[in-house]
Amino acid sequence: MKILIRNGRVVDPASGRDEAADVAVAAGRIVAIGRVPSDFSPDRVIDAAGCVVAPGLVDLAARLREPGPGMLESELAAAAAGGVTSLVCPPDTDPPLDEPGLVDMLKFRARKLSRCRLFPLGALTHRLDGRELTEMIALTEAGCVGFSQAEHAIHDNLTLMRAMQYASTCGFAVWLRPQDASLSGGVAASGAVATRLGLSGVPVASETIALHTILELMRQTGARVHLCRLSSAAGVELVRRAKAEGLPLTADVSINSLHLSDVDIGYFNADMRLTPPLRQGQDRDALRAGLADGTLDALVSDHTPIGNDDKMLPFGEAVPGATGLELLLSLALKWGADAGLPLAQALARVTSAPVRVLGEALGSLGESAGRLVEGGVADICVFDPDAEWLVTADALRSQGKHTPFDAASTGMRMPGRVRHTLVAGTLAFSAAAEPARA
Amino acid sequence: MLARRNPQLNAHGELIHLLSIEGLPRAVLTQILDTAGTFLSVNDRDVKKVPLLRGKSVFNLFFENSTRTRTTFEIAAKRLSADVINLDIAKSSASKGESLLDTIANLSAMHADMFVVRHSESGAPYLIARHCAPHVHVVNAGDGRHAHPTQGLLDMYTIRHYKKSFQELSVAIVGDIVHSRVARSDIHALTTLGVPDIRAVGPKTLVPGDLREMGVRVCHDMTEGVKDADVIIMLRLQNERMSGAMLPSAGEFFKSYGLTEAKLALAKPDAIVMHPGPINRGVEIDSRVADGSHSVILPQVTFGIAVRMAVMSILAGNDA
Repeated sequence: MKILIRNGRVVDPASGRDEAADVAVAAGRIVAIGRVPSDFSPDRVIDAAGCVVAPGLVDLAARLREPGPGMLESELAAAAAGGVTSLVCPPDTDPPLDEPGLVDMLKFRARKLSRCRLFPLGALTHRLDGRELTEMIALTEAGCVGFSQAEHAIHDNLTLMRAMQYASTCGFAVWLRPQDASLSGGVAASGAVATRLGLSGVPVASETIALHTILELMRQTGARVHLCRLSSAAGVELVRRAKAEGLPLTADVSINSLHLSDVDIGYFNADMRLTPPLRQGQDRDALRAGLADGTLDALVSDHTPIGNDDKMLPFGEAVPGATGLELLLSLALKWGADAGLPLAQALARVTSAPVRVLGEALGSLGESAGRLVEGGVADICVFDPDAEWLVTADALRSQGKHTPFDAASTGMRMPGRVRHTLVAGTLAFSAAAEPARA
Repeated sequence: MLARRNPQLNAHGELIHLLSIEGLPRAVLTQILDTAGTFLSVNDRDVKKVPLLRGKSVFNLFFENSTRTRTTFEIAAKRLSADVINLDIAKSSASKGESLLDTIANLSAMHADMFVVRHSESGAPYLIARHCAPHVHVVNAGDGRHAHPTQGLLDMYTIRHYKKSFQELSVAIVGDIVHSRVARSDIHALTTLGVPDIRAVGPKTLVPGDLREMGVRVCHDMTEGVKDADVIIMLRLQNERMSGAMLPSAGEFFKSYGLTEAKLALAKPDAIVMHPGPINRGVEIDSRVADGSHSVILPQVTFGIAVRMAVMSILAGNDA
């Protein structure tokens, strides 16, 4: 299948390219950007006039609930509709991704759907129980790109140290969400809002104590760590200093923490029940600044599809999490516009920067994923930067319909709409070709 | 933005649910207190009934047990001539796995007019108010740590009864404020009614500094907290907080923050002592104070019936 994307504005954050150019795709690869050979005879021409032609998005945190209730098809369709062409899924599936067979099966199923590249994180410990290490080498051979406890606590610091020692022996990255288990029992961020609403709090110290522990163990073990979902100003500052020190550290922030604060909980809106919890405005501002200056490498959707029965509950009983794959592009663009950043810089946080986080774990794909290069893989997102939309349940392909950005909650207008998504040179999503939805 | 509009008020600013004192205008609070005054005399009559809610069904939905509060609502509704149905949900549907909203849908289908809700989760009455039929009114009878608005209102009625005006008062709220829905409702009511000096008194484990943003002065010292106070509201210390990481012991709490005659002597000579009940004698309050001349703990209970009658009659008169 040969595809020619014509008349678009090609923006490639990795190279700094930002110019009007045609893009030719053949056999899964980009064969030309700009100087398309005259004998190139496309099977399909995409008119990208008024649109941006960007690398496909790389999302470092999206839950597909597979293995689990069986949502892989809808969630990969959501990824494609969101312009996401590669995603990392955490191991907190049911059962957890703690043995190679499960990872094989997941990758096999995803490949059959050919909508998105899937990069699973393996469980750091058996059943994520925080006690016994998994077979990291076998899991890596099966396709895991790193190891994580997801939201589950590690039993104690000795186990964490051993896990980091072992992972670093093999050169594997450890993905950790900094949270102290004993301080994380609350349902909202500690602060004036939680106090006023009578919601139990998670103090900032939950994040900073865990960060101090992780950073100290990095110094001891030499492990390479990716920090998931920073939520506080104090956390950003610790990461900034650790990076200045030269520790092999990367970090991400979720679309939710980047745009919202605890005030948005309003009258106990359970769509705002998230982990990490939404913190104060000053934390959100620090996260935004940290993402702009590179302290935080990547912006992630933290996609967590949750059904009605688990959300239509009192705030504290509602299951934390929100849908996000289809919002990632718009919320990256919105952040960039709010911060006055060039388009390429905003896009970098969801394309080239997350690829750098994955590093060698991507193998040969690392040279071209998250960027637009001749000869590289044709993972491409074509979007209309001027289109605006409102988030409604009907507008989402994900089975997860709950998001803080729902028009009825925040009423936030979403800038940018994906028109076409190519994965390995194949159209995984095309807005025009979408059948009328019942 | 639907979710942001105060769900307690209709488009005319009239009360359609009572979920929290927060966000209610002073005029609405005053209306409830004034109406309660007119009902107080009903309670003294031989025939203690008025026909304001005749033909209406009030469902007491107690997801968390509280015989005491439920009884006061039941008496109030019956004195308004309503039919009262008590549902002890803690023992029935919830234990069978029925979801909160399924329970509400079922009861709505039984043509309820008013739900009086007690729930252990903060905010649960908001969820119910969002999802019940439009003609149904919801009264929060206590949700988690969040709010207990009728208790807050009866406390205000009591203060107004004894002190006449709110404008010059110093009010001390003492004890386990972090876990107290009563304290939160009192604080919102006192600030709305214009009380200039509200003190939250207790150890840091029970009185978080964030309370300042609700308009109170945080005092960790009891002497400073009750000095020259016009009103002292003592909160109940729940059994489960009396030992462990919150407090070392009930005895140590009493030594530091229990209200004794000596500490009461630091307050204004005409200070009143309040308590939402049930009291722990010798834990938060000395028996001599609880039974003494400054105590208005029993009048609070009497006023509570009238205040709950006022709330229900006002709600029944307003349409969504």
